[in-house]
Amino acid sequence: MFAFDFMRHAFVASTFIALTCGIIGVFVVARELSFLTHMLSEIGFAGASFAAFASISPLVGMLAFTLTSSALISGLSVEKARRESTISAVSSLFIGSGILFLALANKSSKYATQILFGSIIGISLQGVWQLVILSLVVLLTIWIVFRPLMFDSFDPVGAKANGVRTQLISVIFLILLAVSVSVGAQIVGSMLVFILMTIPASTAKALGRSIKQLLLISVATALLGVWLGIWLAYITNWPATFFIAVIEVAFYLVALLIQRQRA
Amino acid sequence: MTAIITAENLTMHFGDKDVFDQLNFEIRSGEKISLIGHNGVGKSTLVKLIIGLLKPTSGMIKRHEVNSRKIRIGYVPQFRNIDADAPLSIASFVALNIGSSWHPWLTKSEKSKVAAVLEQTHLKELKDRPLALASGGERQRAYLAQALLANPDLLILDEATASMDVDAKQEIMTLVDQIVTDQKMTLLFVSHDLELTKQYTDRYFLLAEQKISTGSSKQIDAETLKGVEV
Repeated sequence: MFAFDFMRHAFVASTFIALTCGIIGVFVVARELSFLTHMLSEIGFAGASFAAFASISPLVGMLAFTLTSSALISGLSVEKARRESTISAVSSLFIGSGILFLALANKSSKYATQILFGSIIGISLQGVWQLVILSLVVLLTIWIVFRPLMFDSFDPVGAKANGVRTQLISVIFLILLAVSVSVGAQIVGSMLVFILMTIPASTAKALGRSIKQLLLISVATALLGVWLGIWLAYITNWPATFFIAVIEVAFYLVALLIQRQRA
Repeated sequence: MTAIITAENLTMHFGDKDVFDQLNFEIRSGEKISLIGHNGVGKSTLVKLIIGLLKPTSGMIKRHEVNSRKIRIGYVPQFRNIDADAPLSIASFVALNIGSSWHPWLTKSEKSKVAAVLEQTHLKELKDRPLALASGGERQRAYLAQALLANPDLLILDEATASMDVDAKQEIMTLVDQIVTDQKMTLLFVSHDLELTKQYTDRYFLLAEQKISTGSSKQIDAETLKGVEV
């Protein structure tokens, strides 16, 4: 299957996306940001629709929208319940505007499907480079802020008490999340990017006993999911996103069973 | 003894609520001080002002330099928000406070620092136990160890002994006292437990009616606390 350019592109791009989402996901789950991640993916959809309307690249549209909204959200440090209501309201607004931009852009429904559910074979070499570079930027930033990010994610009260600049860490993390969502959406689509952001990390949470194990399990299941998904899509001609979703959920269910056995 | 913390006309309001007004006090190096007062009087707020997590409405709180560097404060907060299934062993929990670095892993010297505080807090044997499975006393020691890892000049314990049984209280306070004395640290012990404050501190700060008063811990009795429900 690697005889085809598009398959090689898909493989490289998805490998980097799985790495990024697998690692970011561990912190998303620890910081209980799954719901926010879902919202960011919807905002990404609106961004990509806007890109179609404004004739710019979907990645640029997504980045512009997710980064702006992350910056806005980081100012909100209200209690959780209110935050969740705000997130619901903001999501609705963005899905609505996404649909409007698509209608105004006069694009075929295929474009909409691609944004929403991903297009594994549509990635050009240039697209691959963009994704690889953005993934590397995200991974490198995590590397640098790893210690305070870990402290703040797993013991927020202790981190604050010990002088970690938790507000700054939150802002940096939201920016990384926005970039990762935009990057991930290129392959699994904006509606399902949060599969890769949350399910491998939840699988890891059920199985892992240390932060190192969590990161390893999360990355491994994310990688296996996208690799197997692409391969199955290649031989069946069914959407890769479908297979990725099914495989990740299967891993998660198995992890839950193992966790129950242990208990 | 030199002052390490000085408050001048320290005033704190939350909206319309005056928490305290024009406080003046000093914490000197090597002192063991308790902070007492009834619930909601602003003890935790005062602690947050001391460590710089809150800014005063007016007045100032000064953290002095020690040995030509900024004073280091180890703070053990009253409430912790840690997931029951957090993937943290006691050792990895303590190590969270190792300080920043460009690399995620612990160096050899950092590992030995962690090992030293685990030993100091009698957690060496338990270092691999998941924090979630630790008893109340073990957890409290882990919180203490985490704060000690930063090598503080001033150690602040916020209700560290609340919800513990008598033996466990004595055990942790004996340990704290020994560490604070050995390492010439300053202690600020926020508590409701007048017996413990008498036993383990030299001086008290009493917060009541937006004011602070002080005296020798030996004088803590019903008379000192007249009108104050502790």
